[in-house]
Amino acid sequence: MVDIPYEGIPGIPPAEVPDVELYHPRSWWTRYVFSQDAKVIAVQYALTASAIGLVALVLSWLMRLQLGFPGTFSFIDANQYLQFITMHGMIMVIYLLTALFLGGFGNYLIPLMVGARDMVFPYVNMLSYWVYLLAVLVLASTFFVPGGPTGAGWTLYPPQAILSGTPGQDWGIILMLSSLILFIIGFTMGGLNYVVTVLQARTRGMTLMRLPLTVWGIFTATVMALLAFPALFVASVMLLLDRLLGTSFFMPSLVEMGTLSKYGGGSPLLFQHLFWFFGHPEVYIVALPAFGIVSDLISTHARKNIFGYRMMVWAIVAIGALSFVVWAHHMYVSGMFPQFGYFFATTTLIIAIPTAIKVYNWVLTLWRGDIHLRVPMLFALGFIITFVNGGLTGLFLGNVVVDVPLSDTMFVVAHFHMVMGVAPIMVVLGAIYHWYPKVTGRMLNDALGKFHFWVTFLGAYLIFFPMHYLGLLGVPRRYFELGDAAFIPSSAHSLNAFISVVALTVGFSQLVFLFNLAWSLFKGEAAGGNPWQATTLEWQTPETPPGHGNWGKELPIVYRWAYDYSVPGAEEDFIPQNQPPRATQVVQGAAS
Amino acid sequence: MAVALILLLVAIGSVLFHLYSPWWWTPIATNWAYIDHTISITFWITGFVFVAVIAFMAYCVFRFHHKEGRRADYNPENKRLEWWLSVGTGVGVAAMLAPGLVVWHQFVTVPADATEVEVMGQQWQWSFRLPGKDGQLGTSDVRNIASDNPMGLNRDDAHGQDDVVIENGDLHLQVGKPVKILLRSVDVLHDFYVPEFRAKMDMVPGVVTYFWINPIRTGTFDVLCAELCGAAHYQMRAKVIIDEEREYHAWLGQQKTFAELSPGNTIVKATYQSGGK
Repeated sequence: MVDIPYEGIPGIPPAEVPDVELYHPRSWWTRYVFSQDAKVIAVQYALTASAIGLVALVLSWLMRLQLGFPGTFSFIDANQYLQFITMHGMIMVIYLLTALFLGGFGNYLIPLMVGARDMVFPYVNMLSYWVYLLAVLVLASTFFVPGGPTGAGWTLYPPQAILSGTPGQDWGIILMLSSLILFIIGFTMGGLNYVVTVLQARTRGMTLMRLPLTVWGIFTATVMALLAFPALFVASVMLLLDRLLGTSFFMPSLVEMGTLSKYGGGSPLLFQHLFWFFGHPEVYIVALPAFGIVSDLISTHARKNIFGYRMMVWAIVAIGALSFVVWAHHMYVSGMFPQFGYFFATTTLIIAIPTAIKVYNWVLTLWRGDIHLRVPMLFALGFIITFVNGGLTGLFLGNVVVDVPLSDTMFVVAHFHMVMGVAPIMVVLGAIYHWYPKVTGRMLNDALGKFHFWVTFLGAYLIFFPMHYLGLLGVPRRYFELGDAAFIPSSAHSLNAFISVVALTVGFSQLVFLFNLAWSLFKGEAAGGNPWQATTLEWQTPETPPGHGNWGKELPIVYRWAYDYSVPGAEEDFIPQNQPPRATQVVQGAAS
Repeated sequence: MAVALILLLVAIGSVLFHLYSPWWWTPIATNWAYIDHTISITFWITGFVFVAVIAFMAYCVFRFHHKEGRRADYNPENKRLEWWLSVGTGVGVAAMLAPGLVVWHQFVTVPADATEVEVMGQQWQWSFRLPGKDGQLGTSDVRNIASDNPMGLNRDDAHGQDDVVIENGDLHLQVGKPVKILLRSVDVLHDFYVPEFRAKMDMVPGVVTYFWINPIRTGTFDVLCAELCGAAHYQMRAKVIIDEEREYHAWLGQQKTFAELSPGNTIVKATYQSGGK
């Protein structure tokens, strides 16, 4: 193999800026606590998000106990039930999934995958985490304040959210809105980092069209989040003013508990528009990183390039753009201007096309692959099934007139859990099994992983697939008890009990996963630098786990796209992105 | 190959569950069978795609799972295949969207001969109002609400005096008569939801929303609130009864008008009875 100077290879520009010296930690505190290393910040984000996510998981058990066995558990009353559903939803969507995908995976993978030493603004990145932690603590504190957390539903619709008929009206709603404001401030600091790092800190040769899809997904989601979260920010500030100062941004003249309130002149629908202008992109803020990551899992473990890479990139960008013009499909029965229905139904169903292209390309990647059914691949397959299922039911709810009977029923609950609950969590879990060896240097236990996959995947499917049919029957969501209703047969109650039993089983089976994470940290098989024989840069670091600055003395130089798997004539079935082309030709020559 | 088989069983099991599920939509009581048809079309198209994608995936797992010496193809893209798949998807989407939009047009176009009925939501009960002999509902305002005027009718509006006001009672509608249901709330969001009607709409304080139906069969149906409205959301119930013409009028004759219910209205009432002048 001849060593060729990279200046001689077309497509590799000379370095534009000198390599920078990072701030190196001088003590245990600045290394592990107030760290400016994106990898440490990523782990901090991931652990905090998982911790509050476990709280939300426990809340879901309490909800399922009540729904499956109404009247059995005297410690759950109607107010608490509403508080459980509210906190479960808010935590899962924002404090777990958004924080985990962008703050966790984004921080860890972006610098490594683009060949940077760190995020471009390490100090702001550190601040981002601490503000996020503060947001989580404020949120968690609502469990301990008088009146408890808000029970307004995660959508926090006024007027109900700030009136006395709703639990948590005293402190819960105020702290919830404050926590959201903090979260958005923290996210913005992190988000700017992710975007600038992808745009400005890619190593030489790493053109945009050589980026792994993981980076494309996280990058696009971050841009979207930076555009969408401000809508939630202003909605939160205005609702807080309505609650604290008695302004009426969202509050019309109304009667509160029998007496005329001081409010007047505001519009409840305005809040809904602001909320969903954020809320719909939010679905894709969670989904796009999952799309990106799962593409890389599938490609790596099927030993085959992702099919239609360019189409995949454009589909991500198209979905991101379109998702800003569909928000009112959450409001078909809100009482908004009825003619909006035509527009928003059309835009919503158009999104199905780029989304379907992604699904086709994932399964076409499997075609004539060399599919290693390792745990990350199993989770990727589980993702495809649950995502296709949840995506297709979206075509019901997006089609305005079909949504009319189904909205506000359990069909909606089943749909969004399948598509933005189970499916992204499948990717999160698959991604943890995939990158844990890089983060810790050790493999997770395979047998425990397979057990965890099958219980989680089949269990989650058994929870949410039949739930659609309760909604089709007409069972409404957010009901503490169904009570007497002639249209609900007793078999529906049996189904609810069944779903609850499965939900508790799946919930407890996560203990196996937690055990695996802890046990493998010390006893797991040593992973080596590149256990999956993957092409992307994070697997080519000189040390595993990567040290501060990621790359030792020299930054890597990228010569090819991220998907050179099973290249004809190459000796190995993968060629890392930083392997020079001439060297391959030499290998090819030797092979022929 | 166990994994491929399980994946396939998930698809087949889902289809069988769909076919044999005892949980299905309630027997319809209005003209909105069109909505049910659109749902059926959507089930067919999406069901086909679901089974096709998973079956293909299961086949790939079965056929191409790792064996010693297997090597994957190198196949970056196939423009023609991607193009055809996009077009096919577009056709499928159009086949669902087009009937959906046609039915939506019907849904938002209230027939001229529809009579009006008002439903008012408040935490946590329903009230109903029907126009009196003049066929018109009187105006209302949340600021008029008082113990003898729970729906906040405008005492100066002659049209309101003969309105039939139903507090804590059930709503009756006449079969075969299209009705525009006006929806109003005095406190928070609610949603007037009768599963057998298929139609529903939120009630927003400060705004009057609506939907229309034409009841096609008689019966008694549960009214639920479908928009979270606070602690007792789940207990906000009423019944709506679809009657034949004769029963409907018998019921209507027993109801009280606003003027009769509101003793403070005697002067206005007298004015109204003398012809509203």
